[in-house]
Amino acid sequence: MTDTNTILSAHTREEIDEWITRYPAEQKKSALLAALRAAQHQNNGYLTTELMDAVADYLALTKIEVYEVASFYSMYELNPVARHNVAVCTNVCCMLMGSDTIVDHLEKKLDIKLGESTADGRIYLKVEEECLAACAGGPMMQVNHKYYTDLTPEKVDEIIDALE
Amino acid sequence: MTEELVTFTVNGQELKAPKGSMLIKATDAADIRIPRFCYHDKLSVAASCRMCLVDVEKAPKPMPACATPVMEGMVVQTRSPRAIAAQKSVMEFLLINHPLDCPICDQGGECELQDVAMGYGGDVSQYSDIKRVVFDKDIGPLIATELTRCIQCTRCVRFGEEIAGMRELGATDRGDRLVIGTFIEKSVDSEMSGNAIDVCPVGALTAKPSRFSARAWEMMQHPGIAPHDAVGSNVFIHTIHGKVLRVVPRDNEAINEVWISDRDRFSYQGLYAEDRLAVPMVKQGHEWVESDWDNALQLAVEGLQAIVKNDSAKQLGAWTSPSATLEEQYLLQKLMRAMGSGNIDHRLRQADFSDQDAAPVMPWLGQSIENIEALDAALLVGSHVRKDQPMIAHRLRKAAIHNKAAISFINPRRFDWHFPVAHECATDMLADLAAVAKAAFELASTPVPAHLADVVNAAAVNDTHRQLASDLQQAENSSVMLGDMAHHHPQFAAIRKLADALAKQTASHLAYLSEGANSGGAWLAGAVPHRGVAGSDAIKGMTFGEMLANPCRALITLNIEPEYDALHGADALAAAKRADFVVAISSYVTDNIKSYADVILPLAMFTETSGTYVNAEGVWQGFKGASVAVGESRPGWKILRVMGNLLDLDGFDYVSSEDVKDELKQQCQDIQLNNSVECTQPVQVAKTTGLQRIGDVPLYAVDALVRRATQLQKTTDAQQNAARINARQATASGVADSDKVKVKQGEVHSYLKLIIDEAIPDNCVWVSAAVHDTLSLGPVFGTIELEKV
Repeated sequence: MTDTNTILSAHTREEIDEWITRYPAEQKKSALLAALRAAQHQNNGYLTTELMDAVADYLALTKIEVYEVASFYSMYELNPVARHNVAVCTNVCCMLMGSDTIVDHLEKKLDIKLGESTADGRIYLKVEEECLAACAGGPMMQVNHKYYTDLTPEKVDEIIDALE
Repeated sequence: MTEELVTFTVNGQELKAPKGSMLIKATDAADIRIPRFCYHDKLSVAASCRMCLVDVEKAPKPMPACATPVMEGMVVQTRSPRAIAAQKSVMEFLLINHPLDCPICDQGGECELQDVAMGYGGDVSQYSDIKRVVFDKDIGPLIATELTRCIQCTRCVRFGEEIAGMRELGATDRGDRLVIGTFIEKSVDSEMSGNAIDVCPVGALTAKPSRFSARAWEMMQHPGIAPHDAVGSNVFIHTIHGKVLRVVPRDNEAINEVWISDRDRFSYQGLYAEDRLAVPMVKQGHEWVESDWDNALQLAVEGLQAIVKNDSAKQLGAWTSPSATLEEQYLLQKLMRAMGSGNIDHRLRQADFSDQDAAPVMPWLGQSIENIEALDAALLVGSHVRKDQPMIAHRLRKAAIHNKAAISFINPRRFDWHFPVAHECATDMLADLAAVAKAAFELASTPVPAHLADVVNAAAVNDTHRQLASDLQQAENSSVMLGDMAHHHPQFAAIRKLADALAKQTASHLAYLSEGANSGGAWLAGAVPHRGVAGSDAIKGMTFGEMLANPCRALITLNIEPEYDALHGADALAAAKRADFVVAISSYVTDNIKSYADVILPLAMFTETSGTYVNAEGVWQGFKGASVAVGESRPGWKILRVMGNLLDLDGFDYVSSEDVKDELKQQCQDIQLNNSVECTQPVQVAKTTGLQRIGDVPLYAVDALVRRATQLQKTTDAQQNAARINARQATASGVADSDKVKVKQGEVHSYLKLIIDEAIPDNCVWVSAAVHDTLSLGPVFGTIELEKV
């Protein structure tokens, strides 16, 4: 059995505990999304099998239940990624507003494809699955936890170059 | 309780069904065919495949019959243009990513996808893009995966969660990338995992051992009875050219529903083991030579007669497998008693015979198998029921989950259970049971029966014991069950009496979960030394235990390997070797058999012989031979009949196994099954000191057939070659995890790997029996020593 106390950091466990209190005691499972988010955060933005197993043990779930959730949602990364998570919305509204140009520009600028990380470990271009709900400001992208709207290639350069 | 029925019409036919039940249940009952993939009668409704869309009047769109509750006045069409169009479209969608590799698929010919596509699909697909491909993971030795064929019905996932109680398979990723599997490389370990193969409507999950070996339409299907536990699961045996290719469940709601355990499904591989004996063999001097039947039988009979003549019939002994057929057991005891000896026993793994005269005529379940799922409380004593009788465990699981029954255990250790367990005592079985009995007497303010006074009064009662007693006391429908490990216990008689008293005090059914497929039958057939057929008076003889202490000069063994099948394996082997003349009626030939036998007669076994098994609830289930017997092997009843003839004994003129069964049945007509123990001999408890061995017979080691089932032997459950102790005990004994240790029981010893396991109580070492590395050790309960090597 994995030792959850060493795999999940104190901070992660604290955060999960806080989420558990928001749900009925017999429904710890409800805290799974938040628990995985915390675990991912602790590990440079991606989940490992070891971390998912630790979350399963912590919430008394079967391991496969955790794998199902972690692999279903696009906000969980199951492979190592670079430190800045850049996600361009390519859903209908943004596409109409020219998100393809933004994606092309980024791919050329960084010399990687969507779903890849730069060799220096700086930028990860995420494949965005869903509408990011900022249609009024399309085309738009999310960099780490922040939204940038009304993008142009120049604006993108500025944002990306400012990332360390 | 009467259910409210509603009336509705389907295709113009008026139907009635309970209000709120699903439409597909009603149409199935009325034989109106609606296609489906994800719906399964025994599983929850997923409504994910959409194949069962039907046209419901006034509904704006076609509705899935599996998730549409019936309503008063509802008008349904299953073959209207709208229904047909919907079904056709769904079929086209489902086939978009299906590889259509039917010519190389094991499921071809018995595939729900093929059938439904033929009946409801179109001829041409509009889809012309690339199909998805799934790269398979190895999920163990029993199930082959080809998940490119999967249509994501999730039946296997729901089976794992709802029936097997182990969520091992899941649906990971999403959309068109959704994949059924284990996600990580891992084997599926449930003891009933094979049922996932049956619930899979396509060829995504198929049986690994029989993969790529025949087409469904080439096989012959024969009904049979599973030969490993007292459930007597109903099976179909599929053969090709007379050879068994696979075993699948046969529906019987009262016994195994639609499931079987992996042991019953995959053990047939043992039929074709390398050491299967094809022709009779006889010993000439120190050489073994093949023989014809006439010669071998003649030598067998002469050898036995010589010892009876020169010494006495009391020098004749017989050991039979508890999984031998009723006919074999009956004829063996008849032959023995006709020759003048009562030395016959099938209780090879019982340690304590002291109260055998008080034993029931046939120890049985005390209730129907179906009643188990209706229990409100149950206490299992010495039972790893999940592995020992998986189908009984399945019923207990239903009781625990649907009935909120309090299922508790008194075991020598803790186990992993697949259902909520109310209480689990894991220290000393006898002490715990005595404490629960004491609590039950206290609860009812009843005096303790005199014969139990010593043991009960000495018991230390804690809150768990009181809770256990009150669970049983308060339940309307409760049971106290004695499992395999209770039977192996050196104080089985004391356990039996305590369990009986506790069951009587709490108005519970006393149940025996007996070993083997036919130990119930063995009791009825008189394959016990102290009673004849149907519990009648007959020539008495020595118990198996006594036969080990005082070895007979002549011995007949029926379908056993003493070193594996006896509680004292090493002693049993030694006793067999000491006999001057041994006739081994055996399906296999091993060096050990050659070391003690003088004549080996090849026995036709499971699927090759006709016969009868009596299951735990007392049902006589007959079966016919389904496959061609290997080599010249013959059914046991025929071998024994001819031996009877050659010995000039009366009453061995049977034409068929039915004749044998009918003769026995005639004598069993008046038997009322009753487990009540009428014995007031005082119970004495021997104190144990020092480190104690505890152990079980692992599920894939119970008999010669399953020990040779090669794929089952590769499962996680089969890996039981270690000694297990808890960390505290390890420190006290000066050993550590993964150490190689010397395990000593008296004079004998073995070297095992040590595993730290917190499920093992203090002062105990868990060492399973009947596995290769532990054969040289003593019985599963007893004093043991550990030494680091």
